[in-house]
Amino acid sequence: MDKKVAIVGIGTTGFRATTPDVSYRELTYEAATKAYLDAGIEPQEVGAFVATSEDFLEGYSISDEYSPDQLGAVLKSIHTVPGDFIQGLGNGVMLIMSGYADIVVVQGMSKASNMVTKGDLLTFAADPFAWRPLQESPHAIAAMEMNRFLYESGNTIEQCAQVVVKNRRNALLNPRAALGAALELEDVLNADPVAEPLCRLDIAQHADGAVVCVLASQEKVGSLKGNPIWVRDVSWATETNALDSRTWGEAVYMQLAAEKAYRMAGIRTPAKEIDFAELNDEYSYKELQHIEALGLCAWGESGKLSEIGWSERTGEFPVNTAGGCLGCGHLFELDGGQKVLDAVLQLRGQAGELQLKTANTAVAAGWRGVPTTTGAVVVLGN
Amino acid sequence: MDIKHQKKIDKTVTSLRKKDVTGGKVVTESWEPNLEYAWDNGPAISRYLAELKKGKLIGKRCNKCDRVLLPPRMFCEICWRPTDEWVYVEDTGTVNTFCISHVDWKAGRLNIKGGVRPFTPAVIEIDGASKGMGILHMIDKTNPKNIKMGMRVKAVWKPAEKREGSITDIEYFKPIGKKK
Amino acid sequence: MGYRKVAVVGAGITKFARYAQETVSELSYEATKMALDSCEMNLSQIDCVSVGTAPDAFDGIHMNGEAMAEGSGGWCKPVMRNYVGGGTGVMSAIHGWQHVASGMFDTCLVVAEEKMSSAFPHPAGAFLTIFDHTTEQPLMPTLLWIFAIEMQRFMATHGYDKKDIARVAVKNKGNALNHPSAQLGAEITVEDVLNSEIMAYPVNRLDVSPTSDGAVALVLAAEHVARRVTEKPVWIDGVGHALDSAYWCTRDLYYPDYVEVAARKAYEMAGIKEPHKEIHIAEPYDPFTYKELHHLEGLQLAPRGGSVKMLMDGHFDRDGNLPTCPSGGLLGVGNPIAAAGLMKVAEIFWQLRGEAGKRQVPGQPKCGLAQAWGDLMQVGTVVVMRA
Repeated sequence: MDKKVAIVGIGTTGFRATTPDVSYRELTYEAATKAYLDAGIEPQEVGAFVATSEDFLEGYSISDEYSPDQLGAVLKSIHTVPGDFIQGLGNGVMLIMSGYADIVVVQGMSKASNMVTKGDLLTFAADPFAWRPLQESPHAIAAMEMNRFLYESGNTIEQCAQVVVKNRRNALLNPRAALGAALELEDVLNADPVAEPLCRLDIAQHADGAVVCVLASQEKVGSLKGNPIWVRDVSWATETNALDSRTWGEAVYMQLAAEKAYRMAGIRTPAKEIDFAELNDEYSYKELQHIEALGLCAWGESGKLSEIGWSERTGEFPVNTAGGCLGCGHLFELDGGQKVLDAVLQLRGQAGELQLKTANTAVAAGWRGVPTTTGAVVVLGN
Repeated sequence: MDIKHQKKIDKTVTSLRKKDVTGGKVVTESWEPNLEYAWDNGPAISRYLAELKKGKLIGKRCNKCDRVLLPPRMFCEICWRPTDEWVYVEDTGTVNTFCISHVDWKAGRLNIKGGVRPFTPAVIEIDGASKGMGILHMIDKTNPKNIKMGMRVKAVWKPAEKREGSITDIEYFKPIGKKK
Repeated sequence: MGYRKVAVVGAGITKFARYAQETVSELSYEATKMALDSCEMNLSQIDCVSVGTAPDAFDGIHMNGEAMAEGSGGWCKPVMRNYVGGGTGVMSAIHGWQHVASGMFDTCLVVAEEKMSSAFPHPAGAFLTIFDHTTEQPLMPTLLWIFAIEMQRFMATHGYDKKDIARVAVKNKGNALNHPSAQLGAEITVEDVLNSEIMAYPVNRLDVSPTSDGAVALVLAAEHVARRVTEKPVWIDGVGHALDSAYWCTRDLYYPDYVEVAARKAYEMAGIKEPHKEIHIAEPYDPFTYKELHHLEGLQLAPRGGSVKMLMDGHFDRDGNLPTCPSGGLLGVGNPIAAAGLMKVAEIFWQLRGEAGKRQVPGQPKCGLAQAWGDLMQVGTVVVMRA
């Protein structure tokens, strides 16, 4: 699907631990205004909108009711995808490829600070019969996965800690990031355990923010100002919600999504043909697991490569150049939006102090978080 | 999907009765979710609430479509631009539509025969806001049977010391005479 | 411009019940399996899955789309959930159309499920939190209120009588007698409706659809696959959806603009210029009696203020000029929210194929429409299908 659909505008509020000065309405309104200015369009020109949200993240039943006003989508085609932002982006691409609309807007928003009982929320997502009665933290699901992943791949806890150090340092140079910090490896390793082997600093802290992205068809791109970033392919996959039968070591959902995306984008050797990656690192080990699932290095090699600086901004294959979830904040369904945003800014050469020398092709990858096995992958190029 | 499929369809679901579920005939698992939220209301609704506490209703004008928007908002959803000045509106209005509810929010029946008054929620178009700008509130101090479309109503406020910056600072709307 | 042709080639449905013992995943499985069997396909031939389920507050599972994925044939496949409240059922068919029409997939399973009985003490409680958390929820509103409020406005504007509107319940519950999934098929009279207990005046109990558990699934395929799989593909020729502002108190509730916008989009795509002549059969959304008429007006299938006369003239009966809700609708078959909407699409599929058994409308209909509504009197979703 090369050069069929492009990202022609993107806007964000940036990410902060709290945003007490605005409601969800104004938060999205700001990101949307910036995205439309960036694309040089008015919302009236938009053919369809996709909002990404889940009811219990917003604190509403039927949260999609509150999606149109702040996007300028009143009495227009808009629907909600309860999924990662990159799944929403995939839906936007389908809307254009089908001919339903030639300009599509994709929105994601996090008001994590408004959720008082986040832990209980994740438990509410877990299987009502198999998991909830055990009264375990949902982080324990991640910890079990981490253990199996490290056991099978040979990667180490220290290498996971290295991911935390890298991403939070990258965030120091990112004006949009909430959680930049200059940490040492020992700081991470000595942090309080949450569900061993996960410690407090292995887990991304929550943040608020919004991202709005404007997509356009090939025909429309020519008439719009700016710098189109082409969607070379987008794909998503779910393994299973079942805790008893899922694959605990590898991120199968991400492998499936990546294989399809690469096939459609004509990419055979991803590590060579792609310049950098923005991928889900909601837990430190997830970055390593996802690097391997995306085929960016051989199985079991991601930890060693991280130790020698391979995934640093100055390294051979930069990963999470702007800080990822660990540095920008965990944004729930917007996680993928932060990844797409930073990939687009790099590809456009607008990443400021974070700018890479070579940024022609990127992969961005999102995961819906515990307890799901749903991931989405988009390959972007300029 | 002929009627011959009836048997097949019947087999798809094991249909229970409520007492099977509540009476322990089938094994169940229950979970009371602990979900709490503390919503940031933003500048528009925060001011709206602050004014309610003072016993006033406030809207915001959009100078492009020339509407006075109630509840106030920071941007006009139709013109897609930031709104302009704050505008106090009246605490009187006209009933756009209403109903007489014999159930509460959990679908529990009110004891109407036992003298409990039904709920009478209404959409009330507030004077001073643009035509059609209604808010949801309750009507009281009149027989529900007397409530009519287009009826004139006025807010009955809680005493100042009991107001807390909520839509419930207005206890209800009561009928008044015709608009001058 | 030309659209890639997308057909419905198979459909499956569970029984609709007030309390189903089956889990979210099991309900989805039953419908999905039946849909695949109906067109003799298996999961290896399915490229992707679109799931639809309305508020998670009913099922009692955060991210319920994930919980139903495996039962919906989604294991190790691209699965995406769509969501527009009550409009989700028909939106699911639209969402499935988007998957296949985009050319990115050749086949798509569309599965809609709802298990409302999980919510205790009553699923209606979940509706409190659909209202604005700051400006409306403190008044402890219930969903019934806004329906009753809207019905009142609809009646007052057009001078409709409640006893005439009650005929929708008589018709739909009667139609449902012939639906094998039906929860509330019954032979009733207008007096029964008027004498049933008042919920929120002007809404009586028999004006309202029940709460239900159930699931429905469709198999969608691109033209080259559809022609191989079946001799009777039913084409999705037009789709449209639209959402109005969240400020529901600001619009005049007598007319659903959002349904009109969605319908016009679907008609344009399907090349329909005179819908009341070109549409032979319709499944408008009928969670409440007046809603069917309200929507028929929005769909341009009845003039504004003219739907009651058409109803009284028998226009909408199974053997009328425009049979509406021949399935029995939500009032008769039941209302597992998302599944109920997709049930309407499935009904059009069966009717256009001549496979609706005792429910079959006469005259071999060639063009049908299914529509759903949802949110705060806010969303319209419309699908136009042809044999």
